[in-house]
Amino acid sequence: MPFVVSFGRQILDSTKDLMPVILVVLFFQVLVLRQPLPETIAAGQVLIGLICVVIGLALFVRGLELGLFPAGEGLANAFVRKGSAFWLLLFAFALGFGTTVAEPALMAVAVQAERAFLEEGLILQQQLAPGRVALALRGIVALSVGSAIVLGVLRILKGWPLHWLIIGGYMIALALTAVAPAPLIGIAYDSGGVTTSTITVPLVTALGVGLATSIKGRNPITDGFGLIAFASVMPIIFVLALGSLGFWWLNG
Amino acid sequence: MALMAEHSLATLRDLSLIVLIMFGFQYLVIRRPMARLKRVLGGFLLALTGLTLFIVGLELALFPLGSLMAEQLVSPNFLPALAEGAERHWHDYYWIYLFAFMIGASTTIAEPALIAVSERAHQASNGTLNPLVLRSVVALGMATGITLGVWRIIMGWPLTWFIGSAYVLVIVLTLRCPKHMIPLAYDSGGVTTSTITVPIITALGLGLATQIPERSPVLDGFGMIALACLFPIISVMGYAIIVHPKGSR
Repeated sequence: MPFVVSFGRQILDSTKDLMPVILVVLFFQVLVLRQPLPETIAAGQVLIGLICVVIGLALFVRGLELGLFPAGEGLANAFVRKGSAFWLLLFAFALGFGTTVAEPALMAVAVQAERAFLEEGLILQQQLAPGRVALALRGIVALSVGSAIVLGVLRILKGWPLHWLIIGGYMIALALTAVAPAPLIGIAYDSGGVTTSTITVPLVTALGVGLATSIKGRNPITDGFGLIAFASVMPIIFVLALGSLGFWWLNG
Repeated sequence: MALMAEHSLATLRDLSLIVLIMFGFQYLVIRRPMARLKRVLGGFLLALTGLTLFIVGLELALFPLGSLMAEQLVSPNFLPALAEGAERHWHDYYWIYLFAFMIGASTTIAEPALIAVSERAHQASNGTLNPLVLRSVVALGMATGITLGVWRIIMGWPLTWFIGSAYVLVIVLTLRCPKHMIPLAYDSGGVTTSTITVPIITALGLGLATQIPERSPVLDGFGMIALACLFPIISVMGYAIIVHPKGSR
């Protein structure tokens, strides 16, 4: 029974997220554009799609809350208690990497990025199997989030000041922007925005808060938050740097 | 149905990595059985089903909606009539700006994660921070970010100009902002881009860059998410500085 209740609440949350979009789209379609949907798109299909989105997202979040989140929190606490910096950092990296690979918002951006690359002829269809570019982009972002969490954990352990590291990260990102191929820039900055989403944030925050609570003189609120801040700067740096390498390799 | 089968294989691959990581660390490093194993496994099964459904819905509804609105709102038949040989001005596109602003503002105001954050801020500030005001400030920031993003696509200006100036603004405001509001401001940047809004905004940007003459999807289509994350930080810190003038920190 508690499951039904919490699943219902999750459905409500997803619907709340989606409702404003539907209302605004309807408002424009009916009052501003004053035309039926173009024939290229089937209204029934969109409706089914929207239902899939709401139910799918609710199931996904609910499933994570049942399985992954408690398991991850338990592990994070176990590694904090274990007191081995090596295993803690390795776990931090794996956690950041694994959660980012499963992040739905990143999947959406990666799919669109691949389509845009194909459309522009920046990569050729026969050059790479379909889905390769999207997968590569997600791999790079996952690598960067893993490294960001490692850096964030190191920062909590050593007590480095957060704002200088963040400002430093911004500086590196801007410097790389100046030399990276232009098609990578928008995608790189957007990747930074999607990592702080459904699955990464709860688990990474659990690790940060657990760590900050167990070390004297650390503040759980600001230090737990610091991990997320790194996780949104690091993807920009990695996508620009590694993406440039991939770009030059593909284009000779 | 075929779509579903195809996607479920891909999501199985995507989710199994984190499952392997969890079980690997649990049984090989920590070497203790996982608590409530059945529940954890059941949860993974639910998450797998959910993610597959979501990806299907993404392709069926969210992507098409975003690109469809972009197409319709900038189509030559809909825009004000153009005199012979005249050039299209950026302000001819006023409906798409309004659309972007409304999508940004309305999704943010209703965003469950933001409601939770602003309730926490209300309690942390001993009731001095009105949660609804805070949500409106974040929504205003997000809507401004998206609208500027649309404007940038229409003008064809480099994203770097916008990101660079936003960074400078964030740094300057961080130095002036009351200390206790800084984490809240940075946090609010992350909560505006939910799993539902990201696909719609990306599709909107790509649709615009495809439709508007001389724009390229790769060069101009991306960047709205980045701006949507940066501008709430600016608006919340700006608000904090106005409400708590110097001396009262």
